[in-house]
Order: sequence, then C-alpha cells, then structure tokens
Amino acid sequence: MIRVALPYHLRNLAKVDDEVTLEVNLDADGQVTLRSVLDALEAKYPMLRGTIRDHDTQKRRPFLRFFAGGEDLSHESADAPLPGSVATGAEPLVVLGAIAGG
Amino acid sequence: MSGVRVLVGTRKGAFILTSDAKRERWEVDGPHFAGWEMYHLKGSPADPNRLYASQSSGWFGQIIQRSDDGGKTWHQPGTPPGEPTTTPEGMPKAESNKFVYDTSPETGKPLTTHQWYDGTPRPWEFKRVWHLEPSLTDPDVVYAGVEDAALFRSTDGGQNWKELPGLRGHGTGPYWQPGAGGMCLHTIILDPSDPKRIFIAISAAGAFRTDDGGETWRPINKGLFSQYIPDPTAEVGHCVHHVAMHPSRPGVLFMQKHWDVMRSDDAGDSWREVSGNLPTDFGFVIDVHAHEPETIYVVPIKSDSLHYVADGKLRVYRSRTGGNEWEALTKGLPQSDCYVNVLRDAMAVDSLESCGVYFGTTGGQVYASADAGDTWAPIVRDLPAVLSVEVQVLP
Repeated sequence: MIRVALPYHLRNLAKVDDEVTLEVNLDADGQVTLRSVLDALEAKYPMLRGTIRDHDTQKRRPFLRFFAGGEDLSHESADAPLPGSVATGAEPLVVLGAIAGG
Repeated sequence: MSGVRVLVGTRKGAFILTSDAKRERWEVDGPHFAGWEMYHLKGSPADPNRLYASQSSGWFGQIIQRSDDGGKTWHQPGTPPGEPTTTPEGMPKAESNKFVYDTSPETGKPLTTHQWYDGTPRPWEFKRVWHLEPSLTDPDVVYAGVEDAALFRSTDGGQNWKELPGLRGHGTGPYWQPGAGGMCLHTIILDPSDPKRIFIAISAAGAFRTDDGGETWRPINKGLFSQYIPDPTAEVGHCVHHVAMHPSRPGVLFMQKHWDVMRSDDAGDSWREVSGNLPTDFGFVIDVHAHEPETIYVVPIKSDSLHYVADGKLRVYRSRTGGNEWEALTKGLPQSDCYVNVLRDAMAVDSLESCGVYFGTTGGQVYASADAGDTWAPIVRDLPAVLSVEVQVLP
C-alpha cells in the first residue's frame, strides 16, 4: 500500500481528510515509480487529473514538487524507482506546493 | 414572488448572494471553493438551476465545476457525485478539466506561436478559463473563453471540452499579443436572433465574429484606434476590454476598449467612439440596461498606469443616448478616498421591471442598484477582490 500526502486544496478537491492510500501496480522491474503512483492516484481520484501533472504532456506542474524520505524527487525521472520507504508504505510520497512561505 | 441570485467570483472563492425582487435584504452564501481563484460563474438561461464555474490556481491548474441545484451543491461534471469515478472497464471517466488545443489533422489547426510582450514568438499554452457562456437554449451546451486565447465548447454539460480551432487558426493568430492580464479570451456573446453568430473578444487581439457557428472567424476591429500599438488602426492588436449587447438589438454592440468607449451599429463591421464627456475613457466593464437598449453603463478608471477610479470617487457613468452624453451616478457610492478597480466581467444587469445593476470591486465590495443606477447600496463590503459578477432572475 502506497501513501500519498496531498496539499490542502487537492485534499479538498478529492474530498479526503488525510493521506490517501493506493494499490499501485509495479513496473516491469517490480518497482514502484512516480508515474505508477500518479497513475493510481488519478485513477482513484479522477478529479485530480491535470492538477499535479499536465493533461497532455504528463509533466509535473511547475509550482508543485515531490518529496519522500527527506529527498527532493521533483527532478527525477517519472520512471525512476521510488525510495523503498515509499514502496513499503513506511513513508508517504509528499506532493507539495513549491513555495515555502510568503 | 420572484427573486434574484447574484453569482460572484473572487480571488479566493465564490459567493452566491440572493434576495427577493425588492433587492433590499440579501443572504450571502460562501465561500464556495475557498482559496481558489474563481474567474467566472454563470447560469444557463435555459435552466436557472444549472450553473457553471471556473475554478483555477497557479499551482493546480483549471477545474470546471457544475451545479444542478442553483449552487447548493457542486461537482466536477466528469465525476458526478455518488457515481463511481471509473467506468466498468476501470478507466477514468470524462476529464472535465481537460482543455487541450485541437491540433488533430482532421479537425484542428497546427499549434503555431503568438507574440510575447516583446514581440518574440511564443508557443500557445493553456492557462485558465476566463469566461463561461452557457447556450441560450440548451443547458448542456456551454462555451469557454481561455488563456492563451482560444474558444472551447462542451455539448455534454461540461464533461468534455473541444476547441473551435478556426478562431486561433484563422490567420492572424501569430500576431496576437497578451494584454497586461495575459492573452485571454474574456468575452463571448451569443446572438439570440442567429444561433450561428457569436462575438468574442481577446486582450490584446481585438474582437472577432463568426457567422457559421464557430467554423470560420474574422476580426471586427475597423474603426478602433489604439495609439499604443505600432499601427494604430491595425486589423488586430487592439486591447478590447469588454463588449456588451442588448438581446433585442443584436447588431448593436458597445465596447469598452483599453482607452475609448466604442459603438457599432453593424454587428462589429465598423466602430465609432462614443466616449463623449466621460472624465476618462479607460475602463473595463460595460453593460446595457435590460429594457432600454440605448442606456449603457461604464465605470471610468483613471488610467492604464493606475487602475483605480479617478479622484478617489467611485462613479458609475450612464448614457441614455447610446453613448456620447454621460451622467455620473454616485448616490450610495463612496465619493472620497476610494481607489478600487472594477474588472471586465464584474458588472451585470437583471431583467426585473425596474432594472437592477450590480458590480463588484477589487476592494471586495459588491454594489447593487434596484433603480437602474439612480441609487446604490453595498450587498457585501469585505469579500476578496471581485473578478466577476453575474445575476439571474428566479421565478
């Protein structure tokens, strides 16, 4: 089970109060990737399609970032394996607005 | 007894203001979609309970919301409440947020470039929906004016959106430039006498018209003079801020251009200036009285450098002669220390016997007049900055 932590406005849009949990298909190498997690997230919550990555290009929206286990995954390939702690559900994949304050 | 419902879009959510026909006591409901930019909400003329709303965010992009019960509940049309979010085959249902320019060889146009502020070519990139215009006759048909400028249509209640690419691709697209607010298609007017005729306006490309239901388009900017562009009388490049029409006279159009208030008596084929005695003819809103097609309203703004009303006074100007002769309407509006703007989609009129006029400000006030502008009172004073105001008369 994969955990995903969403920002406030996306939790409201998806009508969830807390982290979401997902069953994620493994890729050909048996790995969990950012793409497979986002595919599963959008399948379960289609109202989030287009809000995290572009409908057409599937690129990360510019003002969002991805973190897991204290690592910034925003610029990693969508097909790179996610850290083991995310794959095991020990830690969530964090989707975060790309502004620290203001 | 009939009543009115005012739909207000703000920088931080949507609000629904309701009253009986006296328009003296108001209920304020909201915020809906708290924290999101609500560029526009509008009800279907064919079914007043059907509302469409544009919800957007620089972080999360564009969302389309729909209500089928007059704004009590909302849903994204692709994922109706209570229904499974996927098809029996496990595929996500229609993506009501999806606005993709039509570049298909069969029906679309290649995605070329438009001009950036500095004149360099810039690829088209979808940013948000500025304006939603429901069909006059079918609640499931709705048009969306978007940034970067293009026109989309849904025929299934907002579930799926398809571009009408003849506008963006008709030929002048590569010369369009953004205005200060972005390259937005902000005005859509459906001709009640001719379902194939649509008027639209783009900042800063100008006004355009189709006579064949959106297949082909042509610029209608003859007579506009914009001294801040290289060729002041160019076919395109004019920063049209808003256009209004009275439904009984669809060939007569009134325009608030960046500077200049303009009028056309031939469906936009030619324009003449009717700024007359206005204290300044820069502004954003323009609207027409519900029952008097020669009575029009504007809110003059000091200048394009200042973007607030002149002399610290919030004044609506009314012409009862279709332009040129204007009177200031001030009763009930602040006449000192006021420095707000009134944005292009933030004025509306109702169709009650005594025509109501409504507008919202960047200071968060929504003002109403139940006597065609003679006197005004605030409905609310302290909303987030108002982006749009629409009104519905309810049975």
